[in-house]
Amino acid sequence: MSQGITLNKITKLIGLGFLSDLKALFARKLVKEDFIKFLRKFVVPIASIFLFIGLWHLGAKSLYNTEANYKIEKALTERGQVAADEMKACIASGDVSCQPNTLPSPAQVWGSFQTLLEDHKVISSDKAAFIEKTAALNETRVAEGKDAIVYTGRPSFVDQIFTSLKTVFAGFLLALFIAVPIGVVIGLSKTLRSSVNWLIQIFKPVSPVVWLLLVFMIVKTLTKNSNSDSAFIISFISVGLCSMWATLVNTAMGVSSVDKDYINVAKVLKLGAFQKVFKVILPSSLPLIFTGLRITLSVAWMVLIAIELLAQSPGLGSFVWEEFQNGAIDSNSKIIVAMFVIGGIGFLLDRIMLTIQNMVSFNKNDGI
Amino acid sequence: MSTNTINNDLVTENGIVFPSEVMLDLKHLKKVYPTPKGDYTVLEDLNLQIMKEEFVTIIGHSGCGKTTMLSMIAGLNEISGGNISVLGNHIKGPGPDRGVIFQSPSLMPWMTSLQNVLLGVNQVFPHATKSQRNDIAKYYLQKVGLEDAFNKKASELSQGMQQRVGIARAFAIKPKVLLLDEPFGMLDSLTRGELQDILIEIWNKEKITAVMITHDVDEAIFLADRVVMMTSGPKAKIGDILNINFERPRTRKSVLEHNDYYKYRKHLIDFLEH
Repeated sequence: MSQGITLNKITKLIGLGFLSDLKALFARKLVKEDFIKFLRKFVVPIASIFLFIGLWHLGAKSLYNTEANYKIEKALTERGQVAADEMKACIASGDVSCQPNTLPSPAQVWGSFQTLLEDHKVISSDKAAFIEKTAALNETRVAEGKDAIVYTGRPSFVDQIFTSLKTVFAGFLLALFIAVPIGVVIGLSKTLRSSVNWLIQIFKPVSPVVWLLLVFMIVKTLTKNSNSDSAFIISFISVGLCSMWATLVNTAMGVSSVDKDYINVAKVLKLGAFQKVFKVILPSSLPLIFTGLRITLSVAWMVLIAIELLAQSPGLGSFVWEEFQNGAIDSNSKIIVAMFVIGGIGFLLDRIMLTIQNMVSFNKNDGI
Repeated sequence: MSTNTINNDLVTENGIVFPSEVMLDLKHLKKVYPTPKGDYTVLEDLNLQIMKEEFVTIIGHSGCGKTTMLSMIAGLNEISGGNISVLGNHIKGPGPDRGVIFQSPSLMPWMTSLQNVLLGVNQVFPHATKSQRNDIAKYYLQKVGLEDAFNKKASELSQGMQQRVGIARAFAIKPKVLLLDEPFGMLDSLTRGELQDILIEIWNKEKITAVMITHDVDEAIFLADRVVMMTSGPKAKIGDILNINFERPRTRKSVLEHNDYYKYRKHLIDFLEH
């Protein structure tokens, strides 16, 4: 029983309440209401996923046919009937050289996903072998005061994911450490709020690309004489600057709109400024601060891809861009794989934030 | 009806004697709210003296300025004219010498009931040890019947339980004056009765001078030594004062069975209906 309660609490906390409903369903006898609940919370979403994949499959098929017909027709008009028949046969045979280049089908994307995982295994074993091979040499090199030889091979898809996560995490922390303190300060003072309002209103809607260029101008000069990884620095600072506004605005709003009753209590008890901020104002604005942080994290993850692509910083963004430039037969499906991975990770990050939010703040949110 | 003069013991019809010390003194109190159409005077030339260890309830129509007056005494609302003094000292802003029990419980929902009470206790007894302060907070929580809910989050408590914490918090800081702004207005009548009993029980022990706003005629009579009736605004002032000469400690039963009860009740209702 107590275990059931904890499971229930945990699943509620991470916003996956339907899991405990599922458990309850199997534990008890099948009652009608439970069955309806089960249908709504479990069967309907899964059915809609299958429906989505089905529509996608049909759409991809029709696009494939359109593209194939176009190719055959083009061969017919340009080079005659024989060439058209050859093209038809070539497409039907599945030859790489003449495949129509269009939206990949779900099956192709699944295939590419497995290819990418295979590829990761190969690259990691390569890397492990390389490290093992160079271990002895590196030891002597380090002893002699030289730089160790590092693996410089192509990063795998999984490596790219972790690079992106690192960048987004650094950017998010930057946003957190800039936006929350500033938000609290301007939330507390009406004068300060009106003095920086114009700044916030102007900079909030600026596009990620422009932020990147601005950061590039500054970081390029600052890192002139150092050998630090400027692409990483530029991209994480840009991510931070793009995404911090939601937290800044929400924190300022949360702090400035604390329930008047709480403020009155603080006044009657004559709490000092420090106590007032840390015991009353901050806890009561935590829900809004966390709403801001959740938006910040999702914006950070969203702009990251564009910024990586432009800053030529490694990560999922450059993976997508390279695949697009590459134009290999499975490039399109790899791009779609990346799309799903990006979406999935974004969802996961949001769930993590929601979990933390539910743990630290006093009013509980159900995940939407 | 007897008059209440300074430096003379207040003797009521039944011969109950109050200590002569004036705890709370409102002199020519005025409150004006500026509006685009000119000033709106809520209170004008309001005079009221409340003696030490007296329990006064204030009754009047909605919007007559009762709450404005109470929040001015609490220091949460600026005084436009006249002055308010506690034991002869003019008040300047809010302070823990005037404890307030708000209409909504106003607990910090992220704190436990103990932490909520401690918030005030820590402020008022900074030199006490941690365990002493804990003891004070726990004592008052026990008094309001929350000995099983020390570590419950305020957000997990029912409205009535939250208001109990509010009462404990107000008494625990040992104020000179206790201000109650319709504290039971949002509760159902059963819970309200329970909380009135709890309040009067603690009050009988602590005898903290209390000013309480209420809409409830029976509540006003049951709790008070004097019921102050305010005229309807604008320019509200004190219309009438009724002395309630029931012996303390009172029980609800004895009050209801008292011969004067319906006389008092009629007096108040007559005032409110005119």
